[in-house]
Amino acid sequence: MKDKIGKIIFDNIVTIIFVVLCLLGVVASKLPIFFITHQLLLRIARNSFLVLSLIIPVLAGMGLNFGIVVGAMAGQIALVFVTHMALQGYTLFTGVPGFFISVIICTPISILFGWITGLILNKTKGQEMITSMMLGFFANGLYQLLFLFLVGTLIPMKDPVLMISGGIGIKNVVDLNHSVRYAVDNIVKKPLPVLLFIIGILGLLLSIWLIYKLSKDQVYKKKIGNKPYTYVGISGLLIALGIYLNVSGSIFATIQVPISTYIVIVVLCIFNVLIVKTKLGQDFRTVGQNRHIAQVAGINVDKVRIISIIVSTVLAGWGQLIFLQNLGILNTYGSHEQAGMFAVAALLIGGASVSRATIGQGILGVALFHTLFIVSPQAGKNLFGNAQIGEYFRTFVAYGVIGVSLGLHAWKSLIVEKRKRSIG
Amino acid sequence: MESKYILEMKNIKKDYFGNKVLKGINLKVEKGEIYALLGENGAGKSTLMNILFGMPVIHSTGGFEGEVCINGEKVNINSPQKAMELGIGMVHQEFMLIPGFNITENIKLNRETLKSNIFSKVLGESLKTLDTKDMEKDARVALDKLDMNIDEWARVAGLPVGYMQFIEIAREIDKLNVRVLVFDEPTAVLTESEADNLLDAMKKITDSGISIIFITHRLDEVMKVSNNITILRDGEMAATLKKEETNVMQLAELMVGRKIEGLTQKEESKEISSNQEIVLKTKNLRVGMPGEEVKGIDLEIYKGEIFGFGGLAGQGKIGIANGIMGLYPAIGEVYIENKLLKLESPIDALKNKLAFVSEDRRGVGLLLDESIDLNIAMTAMQVNDKFIYKFGFFTHKDSKGIRKHANEMIEKFDIRCTGPHQLTRRLSGGNQQKVCLARAITLEPNVLLVSEPTRGIDIGAKKLVLDVLKKLNAEFGMTIIITSSELGELRSICDRIAIITEGKLEGILRPGDSDVDFGLMMSGDYKKATRKEAN
Repeated sequence: MKDKIGKIIFDNIVTIIFVVLCLLGVVASKLPIFFITHQLLLRIARNSFLVLSLIIPVLAGMGLNFGIVVGAMAGQIALVFVTHMALQGYTLFTGVPGFFISVIICTPISILFGWITGLILNKTKGQEMITSMMLGFFANGLYQLLFLFLVGTLIPMKDPVLMISGGIGIKNVVDLNHSVRYAVDNIVKKPLPVLLFIIGILGLLLSIWLIYKLSKDQVYKKKIGNKPYTYVGISGLLIALGIYLNVSGSIFATIQVPISTYIVIVVLCIFNVLIVKTKLGQDFRTVGQNRHIAQVAGINVDKVRIISIIVSTVLAGWGQLIFLQNLGILNTYGSHEQAGMFAVAALLIGGASVSRATIGQGILGVALFHTLFIVSPQAGKNLFGNAQIGEYFRTFVAYGVIGVSLGLHAWKSLIVEKRKRSIG
Repeated sequence: MESKYILEMKNIKKDYFGNKVLKGINLKVEKGEIYALLGENGAGKSTLMNILFGMPVIHSTGGFEGEVCINGEKVNINSPQKAMELGIGMVHQEFMLIPGFNITENIKLNRETLKSNIFSKVLGESLKTLDTKDMEKDARVALDKLDMNIDEWARVAGLPVGYMQFIEIAREIDKLNVRVLVFDEPTAVLTESEADNLLDAMKKITDSGISIIFITHRLDEVMKVSNNITILRDGEMAATLKKEETNVMQLAELMVGRKIEGLTQKEESKEISSNQEIVLKTKNLRVGMPGEEVKGIDLEIYKGEIFGFGGLAGQGKIGIANGIMGLYPAIGEVYIENKLLKLESPIDALKNKLAFVSEDRRGVGLLLDESIDLNIAMTAMQVNDKFIYKFGFFTHKDSKGIRKHANEMIEKFDIRCTGPHQLTRRLSGGNQQKVCLARAITLEPNVLLVSEPTRGIDIGAKKLVLDVLKKLNAEFGMTIIITSSELGELRSICDRIAIITEGKLEGILRPGDSDVDFGLMMSGDYKKATRKEAN
């Protein structure tokens, strides 16, 4: 039993460290739980899609795709265009239709970007992570060239609101209030208990379906074990919590949650689950496990890798759209830069590694990462008497997390290796 | 028209840039027979099989001459896919299995059963869902054919090596149209009992009408199962024989083209008396080598003898040398000439004049991407400060000395290479082993530990390696400790042989002792049997 607990702690050491950090931060910040919950629900809706776009390349053995920055750029190009059109007075380019148009514009651009990224990563097999990171920096240069110089010169565009007063280049900040702010969030916005009900009921349906399958198939039972019953428990708890919040008239019941965004995220989760069960998904896994064997078995490895990167880039583009429609402000030269780094950090905190990442880890990671983000400035102020230190702490956390968790994973694999060799 | 032969390869010629590797080979494989293909490494077996498979390496180097007929019809095999369509399958020497997948997924690799769904109708074939149930059913059928009662959804990682081989085979026979199966040295990694199972399975497969081309080094296996035997030598057909017309000695002779001596016959072994000087002594040595655990060995090895460790795979014999050399965690005591050796410290072992040729040639034994000369000199530079100039705090390697020494070694061991600068990765198994030996000898050790010196190398190189060991022992009085899975080999050169069973010493035998004693010790029944007699 003691061994078992030790193993659980060891296997989840990264996540556990950050849970502890988060709890300490929550206490130190002295922020009301209500505020933190409210913020957190918003930020999970905002950021999850981006983080989940990282999963498929991990599956295909390409590590953490820092190249989603490129996808984010595609999203931003679409947003600048849509906002420009909205400012010209075309109401079609605002709200929900505006958002769909930006999706439509963003998709082919990110497919192209993803294809190029994939081609390059196929030339640097084994070093995908650092290559994709460098590629992001390089693409950033081209992106700046486009928006700082080409717009207004080669690309004829006149827009006093969006453009720098000289007539060349886009301004540092694009206000999305003109176009698609809250486009997705505002489709359906309901109080928190509704979200709990929906997740609870979905969970119940899933577990009922699983239990039904188990009752028919003994082999399946051995594979899955008692997981569905755990799901029933968790779903029940969520529903009970929802009812409690509603009945007790708690302040939490007043939190408005963008249900529609959550639905989009759930759809992406389902997509991620289903694609694994397809031929393409099996190819991803095969290539991820062993490129050579995949090749011998007749799988076109390069093609599969490119597809995985394209899917990831397109999802990242959409993810950035969802991110920005919620934020409301596009920081033309900054928003995309953080997208890759922060998404990777969040996924790692959730317990993922360069070779294994799941949806659950993604969501958990987003929650932990953003909790730390919410509380750290205030905690810094309370502890050190200076909010600046908290701000500093925030950036420090994001980059530190990547370093620490990659380090921890390396250390863990070392220990596992050692354990294997110890005298039994 | 139905031909008598399922596969014919007629007058196959192939050259790589003017270097003729195949000089007119003819193969005729009947339906449902086991056809053995013998030959030293480099005899052209792999090239011939690459042609049969339409491997890109053949077609990117100018194709080949001659024709290939399947069922009497001439076919043009220009890609592995085409070969698969024609029903040619291959069981690879190194496992083409994905450890993280379960057995079914491995058997059905890239041939998954699919069913369509709404998305696949719009977006195409690759989005079809896997039909897990159907796949598992097929896998079950294939496994049953081989008498494997393992769960088809068990993960491959952690299965014994023997099982993996069978999963490979299951994958091939699951291919519905398969007519010819090539087994490329399938028994190289198996224990004797596993190999026997495999041979049985091969017979069963041929009963269902599939023909097998069996490539191997083990002559006794060829004699056991095959119907026809073709021997290749330097790209030529040395002979094609029926099994009934030949014997092991003749095959071995044909293969190397020179007479083999001493490999199967026992020699007079040196007389060992207990008052001889002890060079290496272990006390309750335990080694944590995964799969080869040693659980307490007490031994005394005398100066100047050739000492062998034998036993079945996985019983711990490999772990002993690795433990003494400090490559795996170990407890207990090891004395070198009455001096206590620090365990888990390879450098201490080396400084005590031990040298080791690892069984893991490509993993531990060689720096694959370095040249032959550097590989030979590396450890001596590190341990003995050989081949090194010193300038105060700085050191510089003596490239000239290293090259000169390497050239000597290349000559001495007959290492077939383009020169001392060639990367060891490009060498064949036998030549790699010779490089390993050369490196160990460069250390000028008192005791040389050699693990599986002949694993995966052809019979000619085998003889040479064993001869070198004998010579070192005779000329320099070097104590040699050999660990080997091949009992015959141990009995041909050792003075004493320790049999290791379940991590413990079962007993020590002389090479001249009876086969019965060896057999009993290997199976761990020796002590039981002798105890009964004593009672």
